Amino acid sequence: MRTGADIVIEGLLRAGVKTLFGLPGGMVLDIFDKLPCAPIEFFLARHEQGAAHMADGYARATGQAGVCLVTSGPGATNTVTGLATANMDGSPVVCIAGQVASPLIGNDAFQEADTVGITRAVTKHNYLVKRVEDLPRIMVEAFEIATTGKPGPVLVDVPKDIQQTACDTPFPAGMNRRGYRPDNDPDDQDIERLARAVAAARRPVFLVGGGVISGDAAAEFAAVAVKAGVPVVSTLMGLGAFPGSAPLALGMIGMHGTVAANRAASACDLVVSVGARFDDRVTGKVSTFAPHALKGHIDIDPSAIGKSVPVDFPVVGHVKIALRKLLEAVEPVARPEWLAQVSEWKARHPLTYDRSSKELLPQYVIEQIAAVTRGDALIVTDVGQHQMWAAHFYPYSKPRSFITSGGLGTMGFGLPAAIGVKAARRDQPVVLISGDGSIQMNFQELVVAVEHDLPIVVVILNNGYLGMVRQWQELFYKREYSGVRLGRDERHLNERIPATIRAAGPYRPDFVKLAEAHGALGMRVTRQDEVAPALVKALAAGRPVVVECLVRAEENVFPIVPPGKALNELLQGLA
Amino acid sequence: MKKHIITALVENQPGVLARVVGLISGRGYNIETLNVGPTNDPTVSRMTMQVPGDNRVLEQVTRQLGKLVDVIDVTDLTSAPCVNQECLLVKLAATHAQHAAIAALTERFGGRVLASQTDAMIVQLTGDSKQIVDFIDLLAPFRMLDISRSGIIAIARGGRP
Ligand SMILES: Cc1ncc(C[n+]2csc(CCOP(=O)(O)OP(=O)(O)O)c2C)c(N)n1
Ligand SMILES: [Mg+2]
Repeated sequence: MRTGADIVIEGLLRAGVKTLFGLPGGMVLDIFDKLPCAPIEFFLARHEQGAAHMADGYARATGQAGVCLVTSGPGATNTVTGLATANMDGSPVVCIAGQVASPLIGNDAFQEADTVGITRAVTKHNYLVKRVEDLPRIMVEAFEIATTGKPGPVLVDVPKDIQQTACDTPFPAGMNRRGYRPDNDPDDQDIERLARAVAAARRPVFLVGGGVISGDAAAEFAAVAVKAGVPVVSTLMGLGAFPGSAPLALGMIGMHGTVAANRAASACDLVVSVGARFDDRVTGKVSTFAPHALKGHIDIDPSAIGKSVPVDFPVVGHVKIALRKLLEAVEPVARPEWLAQVSEWKARHPLTYDRSSKELLPQYVIEQIAAVTRGDALIVTDVGQHQMWAAHFYPYSKPRSFITSGGLGTMGFGLPAAIGVKAARRDQPVVLISGDGSIQMNFQELVVAVEHDLPIVVVILNNGYLGMVRQWQELFYKREYSGVRLGRDERHLNERIPATIRAAGPYRPDFVKLAEAHGALGMRVTRQDEVAPALVKALAAGRPVVVECLVRAEENVFPIVPPGKALNELLQGLA
Repeated sequence: MKKHIITALVENQPGVLARVVGLISGRGYNIETLNVGPTNDPTVSRMTMQVPGDNRVLEQVTRQLGKLVDVIDVTDLTSAPCVNQECLLVKLAATHAQHAAIAALTERFGGRVLASQTDAMIVQLTGDSKQIVDFIDLLAPFRMLDISRSGIIAIARGGRP
């Protein structure tokens, strides 16, 4: 007898799912009961947030749906941060959640939560399955919606009785919904108009975003940029879409963008966003963004166009198709003065730091990771200063090689995401660059890497602070450090930490011991000359390794565009 | 702020109303009136909403609504040629002596008296928003016990669906 639970499994298999992340509970027992017979590798996360980020990491590394399976109530609510993270960055996650039996819904039953209500605003779409006959269709739609158009998370809430009910309704051949027809094919006239604008521009810039990566259009993008001879600036999410070493690449734009990228955006007469949504971290004070420029925008999401800046040349469509058409339509134009100008900015203001320092600096560690991996690893990050240094000092040359929570900025994303990435790409070295704050948000998942023999390298840049927040307090709040110190000394009095404990030195937790407690290898690095050997050893260890680097505490990320300022008002710091 | 009239054809399914309303209220916009009803296709409902906001904001809202899987079609009728109507029910405290005056006023506006009791009357009026507001203003001398407005429903002019 085929039940709802069988239909869920069949739906996963039909969608090509080979890897599943999750954690069981009472309301999802029937699906778990069927799992051992399915050809799917199951990863038992230790927290459902971890399961959701693992699925997200898997999705970002492959472009295929990453799937997590959780129970009702607390299991489902624990995925909310993971779903919101995936939603902001357009990552195709499918979350299957158990729910209390249909007759109990609305009764405040044990472990009941209004999961579709709670996740409505953080998913692309969600379903509460009311009739088992709908389940085959819903499973097909869930994967279709997650992976097409602008990708995003989809949640399917399956009541326990539905999992148990027999049903022989066949799977539909495909999805057919009148309200869901992604606009893939761009209008030829829009392409023509954009191509003419590019040809006419004297100081054009392309702004490349995560859409080029999720749309698998990096090659097409590079071809257009090179043919048109247009310099490229990148969003955080766009890193890897265009090789950072290319002569036309000016680096990252925005709050922590390079001088060259931010000046180019401020001086250009045309900026064309390709799969980037003019997010506020990119534009700075929006009324001053690219003030002399006409704007073009290629995006699969019509609502992204004109959302924050008015657009003169909109193109709605799949970025890969649009770029192929644009490649035909653009003409090579020589702009020697403009290219000389941006090259000069680039040469004169490279990203840098205090290289003469004898202290261990976080930027140095990242450069060493780049050297040891020859720029060829998949880099995953958490959120904070270390994330920005990872963006600045590692050379990304391939799409899907830089995996980070850009839109939501979710601390705790890194470790589970790195596990998902490694599960998908066992052939590639995976290095997580994390902070002492972020890593503590989901450290428990390290055991999953150990169990599944996933040799990821976790580099913790331990600065003893919630560093990015500390930096803002230093620069914009008169150095009033409130609630940011993670080390036990120098704590603010309002925390009422006894003097004896404040005086007692060492940082807690001891990350080396913590790693070992989870069955991973732990190492601690305090000096520059220890970094490369430790990394070499870690990458060769063949098992999960945590490398804790004790770095300078009050190092800042520069350049920084202060909040509310224009991109050309950036602070460059001392370096 | 201009009031926009947004009309959407949506799947006639549970949760759709919450999705549409959540999308608008989640962005901090107020829905002033909202009407939902079936269409000649039993699987499709029509929602009509009045939302105050500037043009750019409402264009954004309309596009976001269009992205919802359960929304089949969405249009901002504000500057399109369309007819729109609203239905009003009012209960008035009315002495016997006031009945005739209320009935006359109602008739002048093309409304109807739905119920007359010794101490109260219920009247109904259908019209555009201005007529409804004018009518309510003229009822000021009477004591209004209760009021219920349907919210605007609208349909575009012209020969296309
Ligand atoms: C879940 C979550 N809570 C709070 C924040 C706000 N926040 C942004 S960066 C940051 C500090 C991160 O500290 P750490 O991981 O040590 O990185 P560092 O900046 O020190 O490199 C915080 C608290 C966040 N982004 N995510
Ligand atoms: Mg830190």
